[in-house]
Amino acid sequence: MIIPLMKGLALTFKRFINPFTCVTESYPDIRPRLAKRFRGLPELQVEDDGREKCVACGLCAKVCPSQCISIEGAEDEHFRRYPKMYELDSFRCIFCGFCEEACPERAILLGDSFELATDKNSGILDKEKLLESARRKKS
Amino acid sequence: MDKELFVFLIIASVKIFIVFNVVQVMVIAMIWFERKIMAHMQVRLGPMRVGFHGLLQPIADGIKLLFKEDIIPAKAEKILFVLAPVMTLVPALCTFAVIPFGEAINIFGYHIDMVITDINVGILYILAVSSMGIYGIVMAGWSSNNKYSLLGGIRSSAQMISYELTIGLSLIGVIMMTGSLSMVDIVNAQSKMWNLVLQPLGFIIYAISAIAEVNRCPFDIPEAETELVAGYHTEYSSMKFSMFFMAEYANMITVSAIAVTFFFGGWHGPYLPGVVWFMLKLSFCLFGFIWLRSTFPRLRYDQLMHFGWKILLPLSLFNILITGLIMVVRGL
Repeated sequence: MIIPLMKGLALTFKRFINPFTCVTESYPDIRPRLAKRFRGLPELQVEDDGREKCVACGLCAKVCPSQCISIEGAEDEHFRRYPKMYELDSFRCIFCGFCEEACPERAILLGDSFELATDKNSGILDKEKLLESARRKKS
Repeated sequence: MDKELFVFLIIASVKIFIVFNVVQVMVIAMIWFERKIMAHMQVRLGPMRVGFHGLLQPIADGIKLLFKEDIIPAKAEKILFVLAPVMTLVPALCTFAVIPFGEAINIFGYHIDMVITDINVGILYILAVSSMGIYGIVMAGWSSNNKYSLLGGIRSSAQMISYELTIGLSLIGVIMMTGSLSMVDIVNAQSKMWNLVLQPLGFIIYAISAIAEVNRCPFDIPEAETELVAGYHTEYSSMKFSMFFMAEYANMITVSAIAVTFFFGGWHGPYLPGVVWFMLKLSFCLFGFIWLRSTFPRLRYDQLMHFGWKILLPLSLFNILITGLIMVVRGL
């Protein structure tokens, strides 16, 4: 009867003297450390020359279960396909990551932004918005 | 006025003022320490928002309680309802009158004992006064006119009466060895060897029953929130509630101070001044309270009674018997 009680006391004391065991996240002050495979808002990726990787094949739009992606493709002067319009409705996105899986060019990846609350009543992000974070990382 | 009397009065009031305020500050500090220590033991952070690492949290709590509406239930027994918090807090603070907290000093040619008053029946006074606290809790439970309060009050009275017995009996071993009821004599008798070494069983019994006596976890059955909402202080709000709260902490400090005086050699210790040693030992005891609270679950009511009457009481009688036997054999 006494030994389990002592074990309990030893455990709590061990936790007490080692502050690094603390699991509480002080979130607004310190950003939580996200897992590598964390699924945040999808982001479009860029090539080394700053152009978007996307070739407007439309697979992501096709596979998206909540149908939040809409694409309009076009060709540039070198006959290279690019998305003239790429819109993602962040209100409808369910962060499933299917778009990332479907993309043959790895042009859309789920990033680590999760603070998506907004006071606007439309969450549609255009191509520039979706490219922003990838461009920031490049430069 | 007689000069001697005047000086005596001045010294006594200053001592009372200092001790009273130190206890109050300790109560406030205890709230922060308890929340922080318990949080870290349970792998949490605890209060972090108010001040540096939540240091101002007790003050924020106090201000919040102060500004709350003071509700007296319509069908409550008004006089007893108001009197009950006072009845719990005052005895809790009164017991400090006989606890020695340092060696005597000389200031301006006056000899000042570091104890408010050294009465020759010190421990008897403490046990008598601290028993008064039960009345406050029972009164609070009954006068609230609420079934949870009443149940809490009944439980509390039963628990405190049964454990008061073992508290008294566990201290008798020390009293037998010292041959005095005065707290100062008991401290002085321990200048070479702590009573903890001579009375280990007595200390264990005292520690367990002291926790039960002040209604702390794992014996906090009078305020078991899973079954009794909040026990005897369910209907209390604002400052009346905070008085119960303060009384609980003051009681904790009191029983810790008795433990220090009886078993840890009071203010005796090498190098550091007596007051510092006393405070260190007191903090150690209080840490024990928090440690136990953050580790153990609450006992069931019948388990508590069973434990008190069938295990602790015979053990404490056995302790007295052994102490007496050894004293007779060694011819003390």
